[in-house]
Amino acid sequence: MDILKEIAASLERGEDDRVAGLVRQALEERCAPLDILNRGLIAGMDVVGEQFRKREIFLPDVLIAARGMYAGLDLLKPLLAQEGVPSAGRIVLGSVRGDLHDIGKNLVAIMLKGAGFDVLDLGADVPAQRFVDAAQEHGATVIGLSALLTTTMPVMKEVVELVRARGLAGRVKVIVGGAPVSEAWAREIGADAHGYDAANAVERVRALVAAGA
Amino acid sequence: MRPSLRLLDAALIERILAEARDLLDSLGVEVHNPALLETLAGHGARVDRATARAHLGAALVDRALASAPREFRLHDALGRETHHFGAGQVSFTPGSAAIHILDGETGQMRAPVTADYIRYVKVVSGLPHLASQSTAFIPADVPSRISDSYRLFLSLLYGEKPVVTGAFTIEAFELMKDLQLAVRGTGEALREKPLAIFSCCPTAPLKWSDVTSQNVVDCATWGIPVEFISMPLSGFMAPVTLVGSLVQHAAETLSGVVISQITRPGAPVLWGGSPAIFDLRYETTPMGAVETMMMDCAYSEIGHSLGLPTQAYIALSDAKALDAQAGLETGIGATLAALSGIDSVSGPGMLDFESCQSLEKLVVDDEICAMTQRLVRGIEPKDDFPARPLFEELLREKHLLIARHTRRHLRSEIAFPGPVIDRANRARWLEEGGLTLGQRARREVARLIEAWQPSALGDGVKRELVRRMEGEARRHGMDALPEREA
Ligand code: B1M
Repeated sequence: MDILKEIAASLERGEDDRVAGLVRQALEERCAPLDILNRGLIAGMDVVGEQFRKREIFLPDVLIAARGMYAGLDLLKPLLAQEGVPSAGRIVLGSVRGDLHDIGKNLVAIMLKGAGFDVLDLGADVPAQRFVDAAQEHGATVIGLSALLTTTMPVMKEVVELVRARGLAGRVKVIVGGAPVSEAWAREIGADAHGYDAANAVERVRALVAAGA
Repeated sequence: MRPSLRLLDAALIERILAEARDLLDSLGVEVHNPALLETLAGHGARVDRATARAHLGAALVDRALASAPREFRLHDALGRETHHFGAGQVSFTPGSAAIHILDGETGQMRAPVTADYIRYVKVVSGLPHLASQSTAFIPADVPSRISDSYRLFLSLLYGEKPVVTGAFTIEAFELMKDLQLAVRGTGEALREKPLAIFSCCPTAPLKWSDVTSQNVVDCATWGIPVEFISMPLSGFMAPVTLVGSLVQHAAETLSGVVISQITRPGAPVLWGGSPAIFDLRYETTPMGAVETMMMDCAYSEIGHSLGLPTQAYIALSDAKALDAQAGLETGIGATLAALSGIDSVSGPGMLDFESCQSLEKLVVDDEICAMTQRLVRGIEPKDDFPARPLFEELLREKHLLIARHTRRHLRSEIAFPGPVIDRANRARWLEEGGLTLGQRARREVARLIEAWQPSALGDGVKRELVRRMEGEARRHGMDALPEREA
């Protein structure tokens, strides 16, 4: 089998400990680092993501594949220095002020990282201003907000308003999620998207980035 | 003989507790509350201020367990005793703090408002097998900052039953305590006759946030009972094995007992929780999973082995409607809970992973509670021996419908359900409208609301409750509270 296909297949099979070795072998066979990334690692992760969306595999399978991908990526990073490691996008993420629930947010972070996004996780109980400051400071184009309490949902609105007040609307998009949060709430506060679970959040963030966030 | 369920043997309980104590001693518990960390240090915990970790040694844990009361009582708004925890009773309370209500008319889940909450209190006031109310959902028509205290306010204004509740912030506790003081008059009276139980949650794994740890401290200070709600999620935020999750639950709950007892020895606590497995397929925390229920019953056994009364989030469902899944998950949970002797069972009315309350489900679940309470009364001989005289009467009279024995024991031996449980033959059922369970439940909800009588709490106390709540609402930018019906 072509070595790049072999890399993709090892991710799909959950053989994360084989990935680094195969990437090394591909480099020895003089494959271009960018090809190894795109046709090996990312191609494999795309299949894994699709299987997860169809519920053919479970979350741990995705996490194991992601671990394999990062092991391969570590080897490629120095070689991709010139081109830079392409990122699917940069997102600032956190649970909003007053909310200590972070399990769902953590899952969303894991899945976004697995899908190749640069994720800056600000943790839980994060005030509105810190989200926007961090997005500006780190050049993130998406802010992800999680809330599990009805009482903390209004902080999401504060963030959306602050993004507008700083003239960032359109350039920095806001996605919201969490058990009490709905598509209707996202519309009401002027957020750009709502995600109902981690896989859905990845799709929505991808769409935001593609739409030119 | 009282029928009972046992999932753990004595040796396993001992081992789980020993492992939990080892975790508390060696790894410690993270406490994001600097003042509390200092108190813990003052009581002999080894505290690492840089990592906010408190290592709780055996002596400290033992002292806390020794001072935690084996039993305590709860009283309604009028001061009448309603619960005696630790005395072997199983009592039920509606699942608390839902995000949504299932609208009985439309069948849709939606954000609840004041009118829904008042309807809820009226329904729960009339349900005989729910000994307390809980602050079952969060009305969305008041500012979010006051919505946790507002539900306690409505519960105390419209209902007499004691309340299972909880604060969402450190500040909210103040008003929630003041509302209870308005009812009882003085702090001393409140301590003597507690009116509410507060849920306080550690965060898995082995962590206390500033909010929830301060809530424990404040409750202990005022003598308000606390139920600890540790929530290991098996396979995600806790070991996938049920024993591993039980070790974590025990460690987190023991740490809660320590925080409460160093604040005020003798402060009332329930060894509670809401552990769940994690369903990897859907990223959810199923409360209706059998393993979740097994953990509830098992940690209750552990709590009882320590001599503490217990609580659990069980007898609820993850269904999205009042359907067969709702019935089976709630029914199995309530049955297991009752057989395990869990002192306070939180769950009735709840759907969708603790996030939706339904008044119609509440009246159905009240029947489930009734059945399980009958079940645990068990089978006892009552004027049954010698058997011959009664059988002679039966052979002679050809029936026992009006026998003295029947008249004496009928009502206590057979628990007749209310109108939501269908026991008519088919013809009679059709004649009475051929109603489905949902329709019968809706009708019963309407009847209970109609039959509700205002709380007998004095008008002066009610005015004081309103004054305090309105003051708080004004502080948060709301000039007047939403309209309230009588
Ligand atoms: C950026 O874009 C996106 C996109 C998608 C996003 C997203 C962001 N964020 C989430 N998503 C989505 O993708 C995720 C993956 O599928 C999903 O995330 P979820 O978080 O929904 O799903 C997780 C994978 C699993 N689900 C969860 O982790 C939440 C489950 C429930 C049972 C829950 C848990 C576990 C906990 N809790 Co709490 N808790 C409940 C929850 C009930 C429920 N049905 O949600 C809820 C939310 N809690 C509640 C309460 C009241 C509380 N809790 C509290 C504490 C806790 C624990 C610590 C015990 C624990 C949290 C541990 C932790 N580290 O997060 C307290 C909170 C204190 C505070 N200030 O935050 C406390 C206030 C209780 C108290 N009195 O102490 C209720 C909310 C009431 C309300 N109306 O607002 C509640 C509905 C349960 C209940 N009925 O009591 C999606 O929503």
